[in-house]
Amino acid sequence: MSSFDTGATGTTEANEATEKEILRFLEARTKRPWKTDTDLFASGGLSSLFAMELVVHLEKTFGISIRGADLRLDNFRTVTSMTALVERLRTAAAGGTADA
Amino acid sequence: MTRAPHTAPDPHPAAGPHRIAVLGAGVMGVGITALALGHGVPVLLVDLDEERLDRARDDIDRELRMAQLMGRLPAAADTRALHLATTTDGVGDATAVVEAITEIAELKAKALADISARVRPGTPLISNTSSIPIDELAGHAERPEDVAGTHFMNPPYLIPTVEVIRGARTGESTMAAVGALLDVLGRNQVVVRDAPGFVTSRVLHPMINDAARVVQEGTATAEAVDALMEGCLGHPTGPLRTADLIGIDNLVDSLRVLHQHTGDEGSRPCELLLDKVRQGQLGRKTGRGFYAYQEENR
Repeated sequence: MSSFDTGATGTTEANEATEKEILRFLEARTKRPWKTDTDLFASGGLSSLFAMELVVHLEKTFGISIRGADLRLDNFRTVTSMTALVERLRTAAAGGTADA
Repeated sequence: MTRAPHTAPDPHPAAGPHRIAVLGAGVMGVGITALALGHGVPVLLVDLDEERLDRARDDIDRELRMAQLMGRLPAAADTRALHLATTTDGVGDATAVVEAITEIAELKAKALADISARVRPGTPLISNTSSIPIDELAGHAERPEDVAGTHFMNPPYLIPTVEVIRGARTGESTMAAVGALLDVLGRNQVVVRDAPGFVTSRVLHPMINDAARVVQEGTATAEAVDALMEGCLGHPTGPLRTADLIGIDNLVDSLRVLHQHTGDEGSRPCELLLDKVRQGQLGRKTGRGFYAYQEENR
């Protein structure tokens, strides 16, 4: 997770780095481009089995643990929703401060 | 943890809460264990292979999380009620035993003989198999009437229906007990007669074999075959992606059983399937089959 440490640069930049990494992973795995607000699992999109790959990847890459009520497909539906989840869990893990 | 309503106070003294033993920590053993834990049923999971057993807890945890992600199991499901063992010594107080070991008749028969000597008479012994006739296995148990068959699909938490096989000697009370257990696990059952491959494998496996043969002959890629079967014929995952999910080794074993028992040439496993098994490309569980999978998501 060190390569995605946000330092003191604030949330927007952190979100951008997170978004970028998620997009990179998606495009590498699916071999097609995605927009941040596209519903990945809408018809013609990805299989819901792929969602678990996303869970595992986000946990490994960002050093977070996604459990319980956070394990909802809606959290993984778009790059934006995944970014929000990652930032929320990282903030929680860092002790509740957004600029850790 | 929520339980199905009918596991609440049961007037019948012999029918207390379920606690099952599952033999074999392979793909199906892990999946059935996760399904049971997810419905509040404690599981003793037995596998002789210590290494495989070591991986099982993580595998089951991942499957539970996947099920939660899909909204198929309650968020609270975890592996606390899971016990692991390398011997069958502890199966004596199980209310049912599900045998989900390797799809080889001799091994399954041996496991049933061992288990039936350890459990209380009347405990259902459920052989989970995709194609081996149940009566062939039942003869090795001390009480053939206790033996019934199931054919869970993979992954069990996702597929709502289970094919249940009543062998020629399966008792009425065994069928009732299997039905009650499947109710608790939230599965629908469809009961069929005993025959090689029963219904689903008898129909599906030769079709997958044909799909592989089409790829082998160069008519189309695996992706194209699946895209056509999905897009034109409404198959939910495509036959070759299904092969990866079943495990190509298991598929080949099942096709061999079908071929031996029915003489149907269409069930003789094609060269491409045999090649994949020789190369260890067994599907999702090894990270590669007809498709490549992320290592961490086997």
